[in-house]
Amino acid sequence: MVFLFAALAVLPYLLSYSQQEIAVLLVINVLLVSSYRLLTLTGEWSLGHVVIMGVGAYASALLAKRLGVPVPLSMLLGASMAAATAALLSFPLFRMKGFYFLIGSFAAGEIIRLIWKRFTDPFGGPKGLKRIDPFPDIDAGFLSIDFYEPVNYYFLALIIVSASLFVLHRIERSRIGLTFHAIHWQDRLAESVGVDTFRYRTLAFVIASFFAGLAGGLYAHYVGAVNPTRFSVDQMVYVLVWAVVGGTATFYGPILGVVVLTVINEIVLRALGLDTARPLIYGAILILSVLYLPDGLESLGPRLRARWQRWRGGPAAARGEAA
Amino acid sequence: MDLLWQTAVNATYAASYMALIAVGLVMIFGVMGVINFAHGELYMVGAYCVVFLYAQENFPFLLAVAAGLVFVGMVGLVMERTMFRPLRNNPLGGLIASIGFLLILQTLAVFGFGRRMGHVPPSTQGKLEIFGAILTYQRLFVIVAAVLLLAALWTFLRRSKFGRALRACAQDAEAASLQGISMNQTARIAMFIGAALAGVAGALTAPLVSPTPYIGHSIIVTAFIIIIVGGVGSLEGAVIAAVLYAFVHTFVTTFFDGVIANIVGLALMLAVLVVRPTGLFGAKERA
Repeated sequence: MVFLFAALAVLPYLLSYSQQEIAVLLVINVLLVSSYRLLTLTGEWSLGHVVIMGVGAYASALLAKRLGVPVPLSMLLGASMAAATAALLSFPLFRMKGFYFLIGSFAAGEIIRLIWKRFTDPFGGPKGLKRIDPFPDIDAGFLSIDFYEPVNYYFLALIIVSASLFVLHRIERSRIGLTFHAIHWQDRLAESVGVDTFRYRTLAFVIASFFAGLAGGLYAHYVGAVNPTRFSVDQMVYVLVWAVVGGTATFYGPILGVVVLTVINEIVLRALGLDTARPLIYGAILILSVLYLPDGLESLGPRLRARWQRWRGGPAAARGEAA
Repeated sequence: MDLLWQTAVNATYAASYMALIAVGLVMIFGVMGVINFAHGELYMVGAYCVVFLYAQENFPFLLAVAAGLVFVGMVGLVMERTMFRPLRNNPLGGLIASIGFLLILQTLAVFGFGRRMGHVPPSTQGKLEIFGAILTYQRLFVIVAAVLLLAALWTFLRRSKFGRALRACAQDAEAASLQGISMNQTARIAMFIGAALAGVAGALTAPLVSPTPYIGHSIIVTAFIIIIVGGVGSLEGAVIAAVLYAFVHTFVTTFFDGVIANIVGLALMLAVLVVRPTGLFGAKERA
C-alpha cells in the first residue's frame, strides 16, 4: 500500500505534460468507475451514471459561475445535487429490475441530458458552459500552489479520490455493503428476512451518485468547460467497458480495468498512431473479454495461479482445479 | 389544416421505417433474449450499402436496396455465430458484446466513407399529392416496401414450419428443443431476418436521411422507445407502437422542436416502464 502511494506520488514527474493531463482524468475516472461498482453491487446496471456525473459537474459549475460559491464547497454541493437527483429518480427507476432498469436509467439520463441541450439559460445549450472557475490557488506565503498546473491538480484529485475510495471501501465492508450483496444474489430471501430492498437499492444509488457527482465537479473545474455531448451514452459505454473488462466482483477490478484500458488507449494506441481505429480496438477488446474473460481482468491473477499450481502438480493441483 | 395533414403524411412515412427497425429488434430479442445494442448500426450499414452501390457505383437503386438487405442479414449471421451463440446464457454479456460490435461497425464505416454525411441522390423525382399534402415517391416507396415486408414476415411466421419453430423457441426454448427444433438454426433465421429488416430500413431511407457513421445512435434510441412502449417481444405491439411514436414525435417536432420531441418520447417510455413494464401490448413474458 505504501509502495503504491509512493509510486503514485512519483508518477507525474515521469510523464510529459499531456500525459500528466491524462493522469488527472484517469484519477477522476477511477472515482467514476468505483462509484459505479457500488451500484452494481445490488445487481443493477445503470446507463445513466455518466449523466449523474454531469449533474455534479453542471451543478458545481453553475454554483461557482452564477452564485459565486467558492469552488471546493460548490463541488460538495454539486455532488449532493447528484445524490438528490438519484434519490428522486429512484422512485420511478426502482420499480424496474434488470433489463428494464437498464433502459429506464438510460431514458431518465437522456432526458436530463436533453434538458441541458435544449435550455440555453442556464445550461448553455449544446455548447454547454465555458470558463468555469478553476480551483482556487493556495497562496499562504510560504506555500503557494497553482492548480492550473496538471501536476498540482493531479495531487488534489488523488487526495480527494483516495479519500472517496476509502469511504466506498468502508461502506462495502459494512453491514450496509453486505446487505447490498445479499440483495444482488438473493433478493427474495433478503426481503423475507426483513430487508427493505427498495430502500437499500436507493441507498446504493444515492451513495454511488454522490461520488459520481464529485467526480463530475473535479472534472468541470479542471477542464473548465462542460457540454451535453461530454456526458452522452457514448461516454457511458466506456465506463461500462472499464467495469466489465476489469470485473466487478472485487473492489479493485474496475480500477484495474480503467487503468489498463486508459494506458492502452492513450499511450500504446496513440504511439502507434491508430487514432481513428481506437473505437474499433475498444470494441474488439470488449467482445473478446466478454467471451473469454467473463470475470474480468481481476480473475486473471487467480486463474494463472491455478494453472501454475496444476502445472507443478502435487496437492495444490486439486485446489487449483476447484478455483 | 394543411400543415396537420402534411404532418400526418410525414408521420406515416416515419412509422413505416421505424416499424421495420423495431420489428427486427423484437425478433432478435424474442428468440435469443439478447438486446442488440448494435441494431442502429445495422441500419447504418444498410444505408451505406446504398451509398456505395447506388451513389458511388451507379447500380440501380432497387438492386442496392436488395444487396443491403442480404448483406446486413449476413452481418447478423456473423453476430449470431461469434457473439450471441456463445453468450446464450448470459444476456448482459450479449448486450455488452453488441456494444463492442457497434463500435467496430462505426469505425469501419468511418474508414470506408469518412465521418461526413454521405450524399445519396434521390432515385426518383416524382411526387404524389394527396388532398394537398405532398408525398414524394421516395417516401412512398419506403411505406410500400415496409408494408409488403411486414406482411410477408407475418405470413411467414404464421404459416410456415420455420415460423412456427421460431415462435416456439421464443415462447420456451427448452421445450422447443425437446421437440426436435434446432435452437441454432432458429436463432440463425431470426438473426438474419432481424438484421436484414434493420438493413433494408437503412437502405430504403438512405436517400432521405444523408447517412453518417453515427446515425445509429438516434435510431437505437427510437427503437428502444418503440419496443418498450409496444411491449418487449411483441411483434404486433412493435408495429402499433411505431405508428404511435412516429405520430407523437413528428407532430411534436413540427409544432415545437426536435429536442422537445425526443424528451417527450423518452418520457413516454419512462411512463410506460413505470406504469406497465410489459408494454401496452406485451404479454407477461416474452412471446
